[in-house]
Amino acid sequence: MEEAHRTVETVARASYGRLLAYLSSETHDVAGAEDALSDALIAALTSWPKDGVPRQPEAWLLTAARHRLIDQARRRRVRHELEGTVRHLAAERAATALTGNTFPDRRAELLFVCAHPAIDPGLHTPLMLQTVLGLDAARIAQAFLVPPATMGQRLVRAKRKIREAGLPFEVPPDDELPQRLDAVLEAIYAAYGLGRDDAAGIDAGAQDLADEAVWLARVVRQRMPEEPEVRGLLALMLFNDARRAARRTPDGRYVPLSDQDPASWSEPAILEAETELSEAAKVARIGRFQLEAAIQSVHAERAHTGRTDWTALVMFYEHLVRLAPTLGARVAQAATVAEAQGPGAGLALLDAIDRVSVATYQPFWAVSAHLLRQVGNHAGAAEAYDRAIGLTEDPAARQFLLERRG
Amino acid sequence: MKCVMLIYESAADLDSRKDPGPAPYVAAWRAYYKALVAAGAYVSGEPLTAGSTSTTVRLKDGRRHVQDGPFAEAKERLGGFIILDVPTLEAGLEWAARCPAAVSGGVEVIPIDVDFHDIVVAP
Repeated sequence: MEEAHRTVETVARASYGRLLAYLSSETHDVAGAEDALSDALIAALTSWPKDGVPRQPEAWLLTAARHRLIDQARRRRVRHELEGTVRHLAAERAATALTGNTFPDRRAELLFVCAHPAIDPGLHTPLMLQTVLGLDAARIAQAFLVPPATMGQRLVRAKRKIREAGLPFEVPPDDELPQRLDAVLEAIYAAYGLGRDDAAGIDAGAQDLADEAVWLARVVRQRMPEEPEVRGLLALMLFNDARRAARRTPDGRYVPLSDQDPASWSEPAILEAETELSEAAKVARIGRFQLEAAIQSVHAERAHTGRTDWTALVMFYEHLVRLAPTLGARVAQAATVAEAQGPGAGLALLDAIDRVSVATYQPFWAVSAHLLRQVGNHAGAAEAYDRAIGLTEDPAARQFLLERRG
Repeated sequence: MKCVMLIYESAADLDSRKDPGPAPYVAAWRAYYKALVAAGAYVSGEPLTAGSTSTTVRLKDGRRHVQDGPFAEAKERLGGFIILDVPTLEAGLEWAARCPAAVSGGVEVIPIDVDFHDIVVAP
């Protein structure tokens, strides 16, 4: 009994995305496949404790879910739909018979569907979290700070669009690939930290999602090992992860990167990140994520050299801002230039940023405050500290800034 | 869109009003207010007195019912409200998450019923 339950849980956790991607790839009906799969999981919970766990639990779930799909189609009594589904399923059965009990991994295709240009970019990440990882709408809503019912409705609408538009479950052709892959990687990176910058600290809820994002990047890398930006993104997230424990003191206080003890960084995570980044570099096709990973790699060097190579960082940021001039990149560039060339040079870069765009962007004000204090503009610094404190969500980061402001 | 943030505060947070000088909670509120105004999201707002000064009135069958205390019993106390003008409800929720009271209390965000306002106010 207990063992059967555990097996259902384990299989569901390990194979949910693979099963769902495979079930929905032919019919384009993600919502229908979700229903069928959850019915199959419920059926497993009642039948496995009684009859024992099947030798091939995934194949069992796949068969049960397919039967549900046929039932669904029958219930809809839409004749052509039924015929289509039955034909797909017959073809799949034949394919499965050929390959034994394994079935193809179409999670990468599902990720491309989730980040399809026909889908609202704001829903790319939520769709990935729900379909490939099986997270429920309420949990996703929490991460995105959206009312749970609203998130649920948006996901339902997006899945209807996937079905009605028949969005293709495929890795896009070469001419579309760079842009389409970028959308997938952007969405995975959005899951990682959900816009929370290193300066703002990372809370526990976002950390779970960060783990999931790393996992998604691994899925894509496994499928497309030759794409350097995929490895770049994975490296970037691993470098950041390596510093996870160092971002807080044991009593929960916030520690900025410059004050972190490199001995508390995770060596295995850094090593894996370095490996991914050097594999990516072999392709000699630079991109935004490789540059961001390279920046983190320079920071990680401090563990061995005891110092930070600010000149190298300035160079990488110049490239990055040329390639992807996001607010985050520009503010981080200003902070880096300030370290290399003095606070005045950093402030000049901040001054070039449009004030309207940073009205609610916390890192801009945190860096401004830090640099204004360094040049002796104490009134300006106090003002900027207040803006930063007022825009901070993380209580530990807020406390840190309150103490800095004095 | 306009919405109201109802700010529910824990007893400890409310207590910090008694000695506001050194309290980090009060300092965080000052900064929060500045950020709201600077971002153009602030319309108005007021803190409510923290003591047991809340009284609820109902009329049942033509008779007055007066009750000490808030309309609904809660562990946190309605300590104030802020009216926001933000592009979306999501932007309002972002501000709620940044509110210093959200750490140990809670912040409820409700869109303002503009249509009903006009029905009531219109001659």
